[in-house]
Amino acid sequence: MKPTSHAFSSNAHRALHDRTLQQALAKAGVGFVDKRRAAIDGLPEFQALKEAGRRIKDHTLANLDHYLLRFEAQVQAAGGRVHWAATPQEACAAVLDICQKSGAKMVAKGKSMVGEEIAINDALEGAGFEVVETDLGEYIIQIAHEPPSHIIAPAVHKTRQQIADLFQNLHHQPGLTRPLQTVPQIVDEARQVLREKFLAADVGITGANFLIAETGSTVIVTNEGNGDLSATLPRVHIVLASIEKLVPNLEDTSVLLRLLARSATGQEITSYTTFFTGPRRSEDLDGPEEFHVVLVDNGRSRMLGGDYHEMLRCIRCGACLNHCPVYGAVGGHAYGWVYPGPMGAVLTPLMVGLDEGRPLPNASTLCGRCEEVCPMAIPLPKMLREHRRQEFAQRLTPPRARWALAAWAYLAKRPELYRLATRLAIKLLNLMSGGKGRFRSLLFAQAWTAARDLPAPQRDTFMAQWQQRRKP
Amino acid sequence: MRVALFVSCLVDLFRPSAGFAAVKLLERLGAEVVVPPAQTCCGQPAYNSGDFNTARELARPLVDALAFYDHVVVPSGSCAGMLITHYPELFKAEPLWQAKAETLAARTRELSAFLAEHGGDDFIDASFAGKVAMHDSCSSRRELGVLDQPRALLGQVSGLEPVELKDAETCCGFGGTFCVKYPDISGRMVSDKAEAVVASGADLLVSGDLGCLMNIAGRLKRMGSPVRVYHLAEVLAGMTSSPGIGDGAIENSPLAIAEPEKP
Ligand code: SF4
Repeated sequence: MKPTSHAFSSNAHRALHDRTLQQALAKAGVGFVDKRRAAIDGLPEFQALKEAGRRIKDHTLANLDHYLLRFEAQVQAAGGRVHWAATPQEACAAVLDICQKSGAKMVAKGKSMVGEEIAINDALEGAGFEVVETDLGEYIIQIAHEPPSHIIAPAVHKTRQQIADLFQNLHHQPGLTRPLQTVPQIVDEARQVLREKFLAADVGITGANFLIAETGSTVIVTNEGNGDLSATLPRVHIVLASIEKLVPNLEDTSVLLRLLARSATGQEITSYTTFFTGPRRSEDLDGPEEFHVVLVDNGRSRMLGGDYHEMLRCIRCGACLNHCPVYGAVGGHAYGWVYPGPMGAVLTPLMVGLDEGRPLPNASTLCGRCEEVCPMAIPLPKMLREHRRQEFAQRLTPPRARWALAAWAYLAKRPELYRLATRLAIKLLNLMSGGKGRFRSLLFAQAWTAARDLPAPQRDTFMAQWQQRRKP
Repeated sequence: MRVALFVSCLVDLFRPSAGFAAVKLLERLGAEVVVPPAQTCCGQPAYNSGDFNTARELARPLVDALAFYDHVVVPSGSCAGMLITHYPELFKAEPLWQAKAETLAARTRELSAFLAEHGGDDFIDASFAGKVAMHDSCSSRRELGVLDQPRALLGQVSGLEPVELKDAETCCGFGGTFCVKYPDISGRMVSDKAEAVVASGADLLVSGDLGCLMNIAGRLKRMGSPVRVYHLAEVLAGMTSSPGIGDGAIENSPLAIAEPEKP
C-alpha cells in the first residue's frame, strides 16, 4: 500500500466532512470505550495484571534472540518450518514460494496486520493467486477495495447500509439476492459465500497474536472462528507474524490474553482462542499437511534498545485508537498507511520513513489518554514527541514553523525585551478588541478563529501590572 | 513561607486577573508571594515542537530563578507538568542540571494542588450562586493526578453547585500549537467539549489551565452560549463579578450581572 501519511491534513479534512464516515465513527467509538471500562471495572486485579504483562514483554524483548531461536527449534520439532524475513519483500517472497511449491490456486486469509504491513495480498494477486479474506471485516474492505481503518475492526468506518449495498452488488449467486436489513442477515450471507472458499482453498494464511517459545505454538484470537477454518481446512497453513509477538510460555500467554480481550473489545476472553502447533499429526482428525511460520522483522530489531523500544510491547489491542480524540474525529484512513491512531503515529514513521510519516506524530495534543488506557503502559506521547525531536533535528519541520519558533524563542530568552514586546502587542490587541472581549476573526489567527472566537487579553500584562503594584 | 509564583505565559499575557487571584489566595495562606522577574515561558512550545535545545535554553534560567524559594506555585497544570515531569527528563543527559530540575520539581505544585495541601477545609472565602463545571486539563488529570483538589476547593465556595461534564476525560483540543496546526480537528474537538459544557447546565466553566479556557471559551462565545468562563483561581478568590474570559466589559456590566442568567 502506497502511504499517503504526508497528506494527513487533507485526508483529515475530507474525513471530517464525510457524513457517512462520521456516523460510523460516532457509533463505534462509544461502544468500544464503554465495553472496555465495564470489563476493567469488573476485574479488580487489572492493574496487577497490567504490571505482570509489562514484565513478561520486557523480559521477552530483553532476551528476544534466545526466545526466537527456541521458538524456531520447537516449531521444527513439531514438524513445521520457520522462515526468517528481514524485509517485506523477503516475507512476500517466502509466502509466494510456499504457495507455488504446493501448487496452490486459492488462498484463504485470516486477519493479519503484518499481512497488511508487507502487502501480501498484492503480492499474491500479482503472482496469479486468488485471495479471499475470511474475517468478515477484512472481507468487506477487500470487496470494497479499501485498506483497514482499525487494527481490530478493519471495516469500522463502514455503516450497515454501505455493507448491505456492497453485498447486494457483488453476491449474484442464486438465493443471495434479497436485500439485507439486519446484521445477522449480513453475517449469514458472508458465511454462505465464504464457506465455499474455505473448502476450495489450498493455502490458509493467518496472523498470530502470540508466538510461544516453549511449545512452538502460534496463537490467534477471533470472534468469528474464521481463523480456525483458514488454518485447518487448507492443505498448507502459513502463519505471518512479526518478531515481537514472542512470549516465553503458556502461562505468560494467558496473562496477555486476559489483558488483550478486555482492552480490545471489553470481552473477558475472545470467542475463539486457538493454539496451532505444527502440521497435522497421524492421530489428528484434521489440520494442514504443512505448517510454516514467516517471521517478519521489518525494522523491529532496529527498535530494540532504542528510543522506541517500548513500542515493541504493543499487543495490538486497539485501545489507544478507541480512546484517541483525533482518531475518533478522522478515522483510520486519514493516517494514510496500515497502522492508525497513536500506535500508528509511532510506528508509521519508523516503517515508511519520517519524511512520509511526519504529520502523524504532530497531529496529537499529547493528551495522554492513549498511554493511560494502554494495557502495556507504552509511553506513546513521549514517543510522538521523540519523533518530533528527530524531525526537528533532521530539519524536516516546515520552514514557517521553524521561523515562528525561532522568533518566539529569541524573545523568550530575553526577559526584558520579551516584556516590552509582549506588552506592546497585548495593549494593541486589547485596543483592537474594542471592549468586546473577543475577536471573531483576526489577521494571522485565522486557524484559531475558524472554529472559535479568540478571547482578547485584558488591558496590560500581569508582569507589568505586578511591577506597578509593587512600586511604593 | 516564601512562595515563588510562576505565572505562566498565557496568564501573563491574556489573563492577568487569574495571576492576581492566585496571589490573593496564596497571601491568604500567609505566604510571602514573590514573582521572579526572569520568567517568560517554561519552554513547552519548543519542547513539544521537538526543539529540545531551545527548551533547555529556556529551562535553565528558569530553574535558577525559581531555585531559592520554599515553594513554587504555577496556576497551570500544563506548565506545572512541564516543570515537574518534563524538566528532569529534558536534562537526563546532564546530571548536574537534572539534579537541579529534580529539586525544583519536588518543590513545585499546580495552584489547586498547593492550596488543597496547605489551605485546610475552610480557607476559601468566596461565594457564587449557580452551577459550576470544572474542566481538567489533560496535564492536570494525567501528568499530575490533580483531580480531587480543585473540586474540594470549589466545594468551599458558598452557594456553588458543582456539575460534572460528560466525557470529562476527553481533551478539549487545545494542545498548544496543535490548535493552529490542525484547526479542523481541534475545532471538532472543542465543539464537542463546548457542547458538553452547555449540556451540563453550568452557568460557569472553570479550569486551572488558560489554554483550555481560551479554547473552550472561544468556542462557547462563537456558539452564542451565555456560559461564563473563568480560571479556577478567579472563582476561588471571589472575582466573578468582572468579565469572564472572552466577555466584554459591556455584557458584564453590573446591570447585566444582576439579571438572572437563565429563565
Ligand atoms: S499501543 Fe497499547 S493500546 Fe495501542 S494497540 Fe498497542 S497495546 Fe493496545
